[in-house]
Amino acid sequence: MLDKIFFYLQYPFVRYAIIVGVLISLSSSLLGVTLVLKRFSYIGDGLSHVAFGAMAVATVLKLSDKMLLILPVTVICAVLLLKTGQNAKVKGDAAIAMLSVGSLAFGYLLMNIFSTSSNLTGDVCSTLFGSTSILTLTLNEVILCAVLSVVVMGIFIFMYNKILAVTFDETFAKATGVSADFYNTITAVMIAVIIVLAMNLVGSLLISALVIFPALSAMNVFKSFFKVTIASSILSVICAFVGIMISILAGTPVGSTIVAADVFVFLLSFAMGKKK
Amino acid sequence: MSLLTVKDLTLGYNSGSIIENLSFTVNEGDYLSIVGENGSGKTTLMKSLLHLQKPLGGEIIVSNDLKANEIGYLPQQTVLQKDFPATVKEIVLSGCQSHMGYRPFYGKKEKALARENMELMGILDLEKRCYKQLSGGQQQRVLLARALCATRKLLLLDEPVAGLDPKVTIEMYETIKSLNEKGITIIMISHDIAAALEYSSHILHIGKTIFFGTKKDYLCSKEGQSFTGKEKIYA
Ligand SMILES: Nc1ncnc2c1ncn2[C@@H]1O[C@H](COP(=O)(O)OP(=O)(O)O)[C@@H](O)[C@H]1O
Ligand SMILES: [Mg+2]
Repeated sequence: MLDKIFFYLQYPFVRYAIIVGVLISLSSSLLGVTLVLKRFSYIGDGLSHVAFGAMAVATVLKLSDKMLLILPVTVICAVLLLKTGQNAKVKGDAAIAMLSVGSLAFGYLLMNIFSTSSNLTGDVCSTLFGSTSILTLTLNEVILCAVLSVVVMGIFIFMYNKILAVTFDETFAKATGVSADFYNTITAVMIAVIIVLAMNLVGSLLISALVIFPALSAMNVFKSFFKVTIASSILSVICAFVGIMISILAGTPVGSTIVAADVFVFLLSFAMGKKK
Repeated sequence: MSLLTVKDLTLGYNSGSIIENLSFTVNEGDYLSIVGENGSGKTTLMKSLLHLQKPLGGEIIVSNDLKANEIGYLPQQTVLQKDFPATVKEIVLSGCQSHMGYRPFYGKKEKALARENMELMGILDLEKRCYKQLSGGQQQRVLLARALCATRKLLLLDEPVAGLDPKVTIEMYETIKSLNEKGITIIMISHDIAAALEYSSHILHIGKTIFFGTKKDYLCSKEGQSFTGKEKIYA
């Protein structure tokens, strides 16, 4: 089997897929820990639908670089969702549900009306579940993805202690002069960027799995914020790598295979946590 | 010397005002207990003192010696924190954020400060333990140590003994008293009027009428008599 893996690694498209997979799973799992702890996991879900809607619009407009539309739209929605989530007057979860279902419906509608493709269902399915698209990445896409995820990781490392303080107790952080709103906004922007990037990897419906499963698995076993963060990124990278390899060897869809690996690890960690 | 002066303060939410025309002064070294029934606005007042919330009217004058980030705070516990994966040390260190600015990592100074405060609260041996596995009393000590990392001047405590058993409650009161004796000014919200009378120097009673003054004056006031009287019936 190793022979087979090395054989496939000779192909650039396989190497690209692995690089992108590892980087995205790493950065999404880092942010996953704070999202889960802040009870914000659903924001990831909502944003992925927004990204799908934006993608549909970009396709209809025949933009050559779809990222130019998808990225800003998703970032703006992330900031707005975070703001409404904090406002007791507008129900945060209802706002997200509206936005996400709305974008999904409009996205599909637009694609249906304007699409010239003969295989519409296939197109939609691959945006939602991320079919083989990760194996058709161009060098430019790989570079964009690498740059953005390295930036996200860098910011995360530099903000690590602030994120811990704000996630654990936002009120205390604010009371002692930490600009919690600023760090929350940066976190929201990073989430949006990761989600847009991850859409290529696993498709928009499966992104939240990439964000929350590694964090939940790590929390089952480890009891310090530092260890949880490290463990969650390691688990996420392993699952992404294994998932991509299996999907190449067995011909399964990339996104669902990675998520299946994440679910499997979660069940294992759940059992381990129970035993302790 | 006065640390905090509150003048004609009106507090409330969109739905209307909760407290009107509140005035009081806190001097350095005071131990002020804020008492009053549930929902009377004690937590709201504390949040206003912390600048977490804008008052509807009036003003809060802070002494020049006290910078905005020199207030330590022990919040009413939230559900969120109860299952948070973090060690005692990580949480106590997070109190140092108040003087970190944009500096990303803790240095020797912060680590020493955290250690000193854990020692003071008697939780140094719990340093590596997970916060969520500690007892209620231990958790409160962790949060106190964190607050002490933020400041050594003024501590605001919101119901620090809620949910603690009687023995741990007394230990907690004694700890707070010893902090006050070290010169730290204390403002504490309490349900426990007997303890408030035993430990504090001043009382602020919020309710239909407002009382502010020393402990002695409170006992003679009509607010004091009605409230302490009621407590006795419950007890
Ligand atoms: N965020 C809020 N928005 C609107 N009303 C609030 C809010 N927080 C508290 N209140 C109301 O303000 C009053 C005082 O609350 P609080 O300060 O928590 O009282 P206490 O701490 O004395 O029990 C209560 O009637 C409560 O319902
Ligand atoms: Mg309260």
